Amino acid sequence: MIEASGLCKRFGTIEAVREVSFRAADGEITGLLGPNGAGKSTTLRMLYGVLTPDGGSARIDGIDIRGETSAARGRLGVLPHAPGLYGNLTARENIEYFGALHGLSKDAMRARTADLSRALGMDGFMDRRVKGFSQGQRIKVAVARALIHDPSNLILDEPTNGLDVMAIRNLREILRDLKAHGRCILFSSHVMQEVAALCDRVVILGQGRVLADGALESLRSRLGAASLEEAFLTVLSEAEAQAAGEAL
Amino acid sequence: MRALLTVFRKEFLENLRDRRTLFSALLFGPLFGPILFGAMVSRMLNQSVLESDEPLRVTVSGGEHAPNLVRFLASQGVKLAFTAWSESDARDAVKRGTAVVVLIVPDEFAQRFTAALPAPVFVVADSSDSQNRKSADRLRALIGAYGNGIAQLRSQIRGLSPLLAVPIAVNEIDVTTPTGRAVVVLGFMTYFVLFSVLMGGLYLAIDSTAGERERGSLEALLSLPVARTALVGGKLLATCAYMCLSLAINLAAFVVVLQFVPLERLGMSANVGALTALEFFAICLPFVPLGAALMMLVASFTRSYREAQTYLTSVLLVPTLPIAFASIYSLKTHSALMLVPSLSQHLLMTSVLKDEPIAPLDLAVSAASALGLAALALAATARHWRRETMLG
Repeated sequence: MIEASGLCKRFGTIEAVREVSFRAADGEITGLLGPNGAGKSTTLRMLYGVLTPDGGSARIDGIDIRGETSAARGRLGVLPHAPGLYGNLTARENIEYFGALHGLSKDAMRARTADLSRALGMDGFMDRRVKGFSQGQRIKVAVARALIHDPSNLILDEPTNGLDVMAIRNLREILRDLKAHGRCILFSSHVMQEVAALCDRVVILGQGRVLADGALESLRSRLGAASLEEAFLTVLSEAEAQAAGEAL
Repeated sequence: MRALLTVFRKEFLENLRDRRTLFSALLFGPLFGPILFGAMVSRMLNQSVLESDEPLRVTVSGGEHAPNLVRFLASQGVKLAFTAWSESDARDAVKRGTAVVVLIVPDEFAQRFTAALPAPVFVVADSSDSQNRKSADRLRALIGAYGNGIAQLRSQIRGLSPLLAVPIAVNEIDVTTPTGRAVVVLGFMTYFVLFSVLMGGLYLAIDSTAGERERGSLEALLSLPVARTALVGGKLLATCAYMCLSLAINLAAFVVVLQFVPLERLGMSANVGALTALEFFAICLPFVPLGAALMMLVASFTRSYREAQTYLTSVLLVPTLPIAFASIYSLKTHSALMLVPSLSQHLLMTSVLKDEPIAPLDLAVSAASALGLAALALAATARHWRRETMLG
């Protein structure tokens, strides 16, 4: 379970994230939806603890990420916005490097890597150096790297960026499978179809605030919209009108 | 600790597979110094040995006016060629390089010589050419010696003691020992050694900090349940390992190259053998973590590979400053100077070359100051890595 309560972050005079609270439950896929610059990445970065919030707190399975950083991070797999790999290492070495840093034993790592390789369809390129990999292969390695320690929570920042249709489908299957195993998955996107196709729950961010939060169906009916796209546009325009009102 | 070793192993292995790192850390960095040094020194030595062996060649114009002088020069082994050039002919010949030095004996030489008046000769040479200038100096010295002999004869004929013309006798005592002279030549070898130490870690320091950020792998790494000090420590250790390798290759290359440099032909003996190499290694070892921590600190603040490269090339020049300062003010080994890294290593290595005894205290102070500063730089690096601005 991933919880954000009252998260605030400012960079200089810009308030990137203001009082963001939501909860991503186990066995669910939660989508963080918002236009570019809405504060999605900043929120996620505070959740996985590489940015310090100016206010509020982030908890992983009830553990504060700032307090017991290591314990919280051990329960978390992260796929950052730019999931860079080490080009001179093989896919296996890239994955096992993170496993070793999580403190896994050699045997546990070997078994886990074999499972992940099979599940992600990576057997063909596990022992090749990452240097010449396609974007789809890179994302697979990065996902495997994030899952090496079998975390109960997974955060993905725009994971489908630069992937082709097949790779996207593949990733969706992996995420659904994780959800079926009771994992908590939180991912961000600015593509509504992406969220609609996958999420149980949606948190819509705009201008650093939570504009709407709820199950996909209830959100649609509450806003009286036929589709998520319509709902999304409705909340965004409401927020803009409100911001304009505040400015006056 | 386990995480630190994991990071170390990964950085070491990854860079072992990087051709750019291997080239700069284990090939160019350590071998550049010895090869350049060997080539330069042997050329320098060969030249000075050759020059004193080679006969002086002089073109004489108007030699018939001074037959005794000509005979004297010939008796001194000077290779003479005779012409009848005017002064401008001689100038052209020297400028064009067809003649090295031209001695012009004018018509009035004989007349003035017989009258015991200063008899003029002209030496035409090009002083901007060091080869040419040396020939001219040697010719001048020979003519001076001939003139002194004549002066002594003249005073004797007039019943004066020839010693009257020598009011002061200057005696030079050169205290340079053969090894000491070699040290002047080998003095800048110490910089090449320190240069190879830094070159060995340059790419690792960049790759594991700015490179990691540029590749985008840093954020995932920072989100792991690993203390930042373990990350920085592992990377530092890997950088140090490459620096030690580079240093070892560099010293081995120096030992080999110096076997082929004809130092003994100038009566110099520089005992650069395996033992000297080991002593050098021990002296430079504390400088390794300092160099690594400094380079990592600088590279951690840069945004990209290219920016890190730009700043770190100037870090490579930092060790030259104290060494240059020391040679300008010709500083002698002194305990207080052992507090200055790079200078202390330079002075200690020079002492080894000179076969001078090294005070254990000096060695200890040199090592302690380098290690102390390394700890400071490491702490500053680790502090920066804990800050969120590290993400860039």
